This record gives sequence, structure tokens and C-alpha cells, in this order.
Amino acid sequence: MSVLLRGVAPLGGPAVDVLLEGGVIAEIGASLAAPADAEVIDAAGLVLLPGFVDLHTHLREPGREDAETIATGSAAAALGGFTAVHAMANTDPIADTAEMVEQVYRLGQLAGLVDVRPVGAVSRGLAGERLAEIGNMARSAAAVRVFSDDGHCVHDALLMRRALEYLKPFDAVLAQHAQDPRLAGEGSCAHEGEVSGRLGLPGWPAVAEESIVARDVMLTEHTGSRLHVCHVSTAGSVEVIRWAKARGIAVSAEVTPHHLLLTCDLLAGYDPIYKVNPPLRPAEDVAALQAGLADGTIDAVATDHAPHAAHDKDHAFGDAAFGMLGLQTAIGVVAETMVATGLLDWAGVADRMSVRPAAIGRVGGHGRPIEVGEPANLTLVDPAGSYLVDVDTLASRSRNTPFAGRTFPAAVVATFLRGRPTVLDAALVEVVPA
Amino acid sequence: MNGRARTPAETTLGAPDVARIVDRMAHQIIESIAKFGFDAALLGIPTRGVPLAHRLSDRIKVFADVAVPVGSVDVTLYRDDLRLRGVRPLGETVEPEGGITGKTVILVDDVLFSGRTIRAALDALADLGRPRAVQLAVLVDRGHRELPIRADYVGKNLPTSPRESVRVSLAETDGADAVSVTEGADA
Amino acid sequence: MSRHLLSAGDLSSDEAIAILDAAKQMHAIQTREVKKLPPLRGRTIVNLFFEDSTRTRSSFEIAGKWLSADVINVSAKGSSMSKGESLRDTVLTVAALGVDALVVRHNASGAVQRIAGWVSCPVINAGDGTHEHPTQALLDAYSLRERLGDLTDRHVVIVGDITHSRVARSNVLLLTTLGARVTLVAPPTLLPAGVGAWECATSWDLDAVLTGKAAGDVDAVMMLRVQRERMGGGLPGGARDPGGVFVPTEREYAIGYGLSPARLDLLAEHAPILHPGPMNRGLEISSVAADSARSMVLDQVQAGVAVRMAVLYRMLAGVDAPALAEASA
Repeated sequence: MSVLLRGVAPLGGPAVDVLLEGGVIAEIGASLAAPADAEVIDAAGLVLLPGFVDLHTHLREPGREDAETIATGSAAAALGGFTAVHAMANTDPIADTAEMVEQVYRLGQLAGLVDVRPVGAVSRGLAGERLAEIGNMARSAAAVRVFSDDGHCVHDALLMRRALEYLKPFDAVLAQHAQDPRLAGEGSCAHEGEVSGRLGLPGWPAVAEESIVARDVMLTEHTGSRLHVCHVSTAGSVEVIRWAKARGIAVSAEVTPHHLLLTCDLLAGYDPIYKVNPPLRPAEDVAALQAGLADGTIDAVATDHAPHAAHDKDHAFGDAAFGMLGLQTAIGVVAETMVATGLLDWAGVADRMSVRPAAIGRVGGHGRPIEVGEPANLTLVDPAGSYLVDVDTLASRSRNTPFAGRTFPAAVVATFLRGRPTVLDAALVEVVPA
Repeated sequence: MNGRARTPAETTLGAPDVARIVDRMAHQIIESIAKFGFDAALLGIPTRGVPLAHRLSDRIKVFADVAVPVGSVDVTLYRDDLRLRGVRPLGETVEPEGGITGKTVILVDDVLFSGRTIRAALDALADLGRPRAVQLAVLVDRGHRELPIRADYVGKNLPTSPRESVRVSLAETDGADAVSVTEGADA
Repeated sequence: MSRHLLSAGDLSSDEAIAILDAAKQMHAIQTREVKKLPPLRGRTIVNLFFEDSTRTRSSFEIAGKWLSADVINVSAKGSSMSKGESLRDTVLTVAALGVDALVVRHNASGAVQRIAGWVSCPVINAGDGTHEHPTQALLDAYSLRERLGDLTDRHVVIVGDITHSRVARSNVLLLTTLGARVTLVAPPTLLPAGVGAWECATSWDLDAVLTGKAAGDVDAVMMLRVQRERMGGGLPGGARDPGGVFVPTEREYAIGYGLSPARLDLLAEHAPILHPGPMNRGLEISSVAADSARSMVLDQVQAGVAVRMAVLYRMLAGVDAPALAEASA
């Protein structure tokens, strides 16, 4: 099967026709002839981007299939324009062995909507004490290249050093959840500042993140390894990363859509829909994150898609689970905060949501230029469209999005995985069994 | 006189009328409680029953040279219409000197209408002590009783229609003494 | 007044004074032989306590009973989280029993506000985490007015662990609503983040404040209870106390911030001493201060019942009135 995109604008540039055939981009040019079996899509006014790559997704399977499965999460990803996602290791059981990551990898292939790239745990059981079998996971069929204890910080400096050293032969990266567990302990749930003080919520100070980021970039320099900072949330962290990059340290960073848009003032009503880790920060941090993403200090937008069953949010703020959905709203938030504001053009969006995350995660075939012969992992976005977030029709099993009823100024029209449409007309091509 | 058309807020009784009525009530009370050796207490029902009780006590002192202790009993928390008509500020309950147990207690209020306030006052009294007898003195009885209650001392019978409202003003609470009747139900 | 009482900040000056005035009348009945009033006959109030508190629970229980309500105590400590039940399910189960009002204490800030969003009956906050305790602030204001009269321009000093104190937060809100000035005194480790934006002054120096040098003449002092586990090494990594260490030793705290006999002498003659209890004698308050004639500790307990009666009366007694007013309009 082949697909002909008529009048599409690659990276928002001049309109051309693009033919997808045999899993690759077969032809690019003006007024291409449609092959007999081709599905022709009138893509006038639409932007063609490399399929998005998420470095940070919680698919909850195995363990919490009531909140999400690899299949339902893959569907949400495809609808959000993603062609590859990294499934975080904090499942139950935890993804800290080759067997576990291979299982996740296979279930991803079975769903067939996006390439599911398992993330391996850095430490056994995410306990932060002993290294997990990093080599076995890297050498497995899942070919793990991203290791993270996400949800927990690798806070022991020696373990962090050894992990950075140990994963060098595998060309892998350590994705650190930067949270000093003493400065921001278990109960910490709100940005430490005026809002947390007034609401009496245990504070999660910016310095708990920044001090770990500062330590880790120095350890990365010392070990000559590669570090990725998960969900950067503070202006100070952006500064440290900017400095480290200027110094030549191999550090990359991601920011979540919600940290680009939402501020900690939203906590005033104690609604746990806004409870995320790291917490929402004040407007000054949000502005610094946008600027950092715009100038490339922050490499990638990563969703930290964190589905939760309703009953895990029906608690007091401090007792509720951390996290919100992200896959289906990511491009909308980026369009609103970065494109509409002129901070990024569509080529920039492609870079931060596909090219760089694919490079960081060593995801072959994704984040490639839109050129003849390249794998056809692509996303078609309507830059003038609007996406109304209807919680009832979200593909995710969970409903914990703060954006219910909100309209974003861009919509995913179609997604292609190796030339095969997974989403057309903003709907899944194949219905995934629930 | 019942059928006479009234202009709005017509003043039915002026200050001299009120003074005369209070004097007469004081005499009647003296006559009654003399039988019990003046072992009595006047309990005003806030708001305007309280200054009335004090005036009666003052006049009794002048006419009979006996001191009848004065107290107050707030009935707000005993009302049967709280739930329907909403909460209102509470008045003060002050036990008269010597208490009320064993005494003849004379409840004093400005207007007697449905009788519900007096029913509430009787409940309130029961929580304060056990009087020998309870009597009722009102400045104005406007009729339309909804309970089997009658006053022992009535300053003035003032026939009204249920749609009218009777307003008693006293110097202590309102600046001047007057009783007026207006169209429209009680606020 | 509004449907729920979640924060002292919900009360306007008029509403707060109406409650305090009603409390004055309620207070009078506590000296009577028959301590029972009828306005809440037939109503059911549930004290839903997710955190132990003998004092506050008893106070609400007596207040409800003296107004003739049926009061039921439900101790839900640890029930929702440990049994895997959501807070919402726990609360809806209790509410389904047929409850006219919920009095709720919870160890998490904001829990009571969440609960108010789930049930149809009025909800009263009896203390939520380190957030607020509005009826405590009302009883403190009541006690202060007993001694000082109108609180306009009065200067109230609150000393202690402000960061973890729901009493302090509610008091700042209510006292400023009533026109008073508030100064919070604590070591920097026990002052909350962003306190500079609050409608009050702050100081690290109790002596400077008590002598009037820091923030003007003092009309009242409120000493807060200091948790012993926040002293010294404490409990490292205590779940809700990241950091664990706030003050080196109890001794050092007592010397720096305790109401010693010497500090008592710095206070003006008219200035009362308040403490929400239970007191750590010798730590935040000396026995000389606690037992002095200026101490209002026991008055506060009595006022607690009266204030809670007033709150229950004003929130519940006229519960059908608005509906009727609308129907007849």
C-alpha cells in the first residue's frame, strides 16, 4: 500500500507532494502521479513532521492494566502524533531484567501502533542501592539504550558514578529523575514557595532538583558518560544545563508539556489533577523552560504521560498519585506555548519532539529528515486546526488530564509508522481492543 | 374601629399613651403579686420586652416601694421557625437577682400575636428553673392567636388584620415611644 | 454564612463577629444547670476524624449535644489509604448514613476542601494538615475579645512552629479580618516559604518583639505547641518533614523562643497569653507563664465549646431558610 500526500508542507516549508511506499519516503516533488493503489490525502495547509518520539512515557503494563496498557497507551501515542515512545521502568514487576524489557518490547510490537522502546531500571528494584542488569537489558532483543529509575532519583553519588561508567560500552544514556530525597522527601508535593506555604502543602524546593542536576553534570564530565535530565522544571536547572553544555559535557534534557504551560497557582483548589512530580512551578520558571527549549538548552519535549485510575486521585492532594496524561495533548500544548508565541517554528518542533529525542534514545529510523529513502515515520499536523480535549474519547484508559474541555491550536491529522497509517482523519485506523 | 381605614404607619399610640399604659399595668401587677408577698420577678423577652420589664419594675418601685428583680430570657434558640426563617442574632438571657425558682415570674413582651414567642419562652424558662407560677404582660395584644395562650396583663387591645404589622418603638431601643400599625406582614 | 466553614479566610468581618456574638450567649449557658438548647433537635452531626484529637473532637461533640443534635464520632484514621479505599469512597459511605453536617479533621492539607466538593451537606474544617483550623482561630479571637474588647489595631504576636501550624494560618487570616495586626515569631527554619507575602509581620527575635522594639507594643501573645520530633536529629526523613532538623535542641528552642518568666515581665500588664494546647511546659511556655493570671488557656477551652456551638447554630439551624425564601419569592 502507498500513500500520496498532496500539497503538504514538510516542516512547514513550501508545499509539495510526498509519496510513501514500501515503508519509506519514495518520492518528493510537485504534482506527483498517484500509483494505482495509492491512498491520496489532500494535505493542503497541513504540516508534515517526522513522527514524534517520546522519551518519557508510563504505560503501566505490567502491573496497573486498569490505568493503562501498552496497547491503549500506544493508541494514545499514535493519536498524539508519536511513532516511538519510551516505556518507563516503574512497572510491577519493575523492568530491571532482560526478560522484563523484552516482554514490554514484544507487547509494543504486538500493538503495532508505535515503536515501544523499554527503559531499563538503573538500580535493582529502583531501590537506588545496587545496579540492575544494565548489560543484559542493553544486549536483549529490546536493545535498551535509556536507563532510568524515574520516580526515584539515583541519589547515591557513588551508585550514580558507577552507573554512568558502566553504561558507556552500550552507547546508552542515564535519564535521571533529579530530586534530592532529603531536600524533597516523600511527602513533598508542591513547589516550595508562597503557594505551598499558604496552602500548608509540604514543599518541593527548586534546589532539590538543581543540586542533583549540578552534581550529575560534574559526574558525567568526570566519567565521560552521557546524561539525560528528565522533566526539567526550574530556571536554575536550565542555567546549570546551559553551563554544562557550554563546557562540553554530554548532557541532554527534556521538559514536559505541562511544565511549559501550567503554574503552581493552580494548586489553590487542592485538586490532585495538578499533582505532578516534579511539581508545577511559578511563572518565572515556566518562562525559563520555554526559553530553554527555544534556544536548545533543553533538547526535547517529553510527555511524562502518567495515567492513573480515578480512585488513585480521589484523595487529599498530599495522598493522591503523582502525574497526568500527556500523549494526546503534547503537540497542542507545544503549539500553544511555543509555536503560537513564535518561540519555535515547525522545524523547531520537529527537532525537539522527534530529531533530538530519537538521537538521545538512539532510536533508529525515527527523527529522520524528510527525504527520499528515509523511513516513513511521519506525522501530519493541521497548524490552523483546533483540538478540543474530550475526556470521554481519550484513547488512554485513564482520565487524569487537566485539559478536559480545553481547545489547543493545532491538531494531529494523521500518523504513519513505516508508511502505514496508524491515524487518519484524527482517528485510529485500526481499533485497538480495549 | 376595626373597619377604619388606616394610613401607612399611622401612629396609634404616642409617648404619653405608652407611659399611661405602663403605669396602669404596674398597678395591676402590684395588685396581683401583693398576694404572694411580692415574691416575683419580671423577665423581659428581647428586644423590647427587656426595657418594658425595667419600666414596669421602676413604676412598681414608685407605686408600692418594692423592688421586683428584672431579668431577660432570649427565646431565639427555642423558636419553632428557625429552620424555615433562618438563624438570627441571639439576645441575652439574664437571670434576675435571686433566680426564678419558686417565684412568680412575669414574662414581658411588647406585642402578643400568634403566641409562638411565648410558647418558646415557656420552654426556655423550664431550662432556667421552676417558677411557682408564670404570668404574661404585653404592651399590645393584636389578636390572631395560633396557640392556647393569653396574657394576664394587657396594655392595649389593638384589633388588626393579619396582613398588617404592629410596630412598638421605645425610647431605649428606638429613640422614642410609639405604637404604629402599617399595611404589610411583619418583616 | 456560607455553606461550609473550610478556612478562616472565608469569613467576612461581619460573619465572624456574628459568630463571636452568638458564642457569647452560648458561653452563658455553660454556667447553667441545664446545659441544653433545642435548635438542632433531630439533626445528625458526624465528627469524621482521620487524625486523633481528643480535645477538638470532644469540644465539637459537646457543642453539638448541647444544641440537641445527635453527634456521632467516626474515627477513620488510616482507613482510606491503608485499606486501599479512596478518601471519596470513605466520605460518601459516611455521608450516605444520612448526615446533616460533617465535622472533619484530616492529616493532609486541603482534604476537607476536597470532601466538601463531594458531599451535599455542610462541612466544617476541624483541622486539615498544616493548612487551617478555623474554629480554633475563632475561639482564640473570642478569648482575645473577652480580655481586650474590639481587636481593631490590636497587636497579636504568634510564636512557634509557624510552618507546620494550621492554628497560625487560620489566626493570621481571622485576626487581620477583625482588624488586628499580627507578628509571627520563629527561627527561620520554622517560618513557612513565602511568608513575606502574608498580611503580617515576621521576626526571628522574640525579645525585640516583646519589648515593642521590633513591631510596636504588644497586646497579646499566642504560644504555639512545638513538636518534639522537630528538635535535634528528630526522625530523619519523617514522611511529612523533609529535612527533619529544624532546631538543634529543645533547650536552645526554650532559650530562644520560650515564654520564660523574664519574657513574661516584658509583656504589658493588659496582654493575655494564649496557647492552643496541649502545652509543652518548659519548652515553649514556662509554668509561671502558663499558670499566671494572664494565661487564657482554660478560658480558650471553654470558649471552644461556645464558639463551636455558635458555628453549628449559624450553619445548621436555619438550613432550610434560603430554599423557602426562594420559593416564596
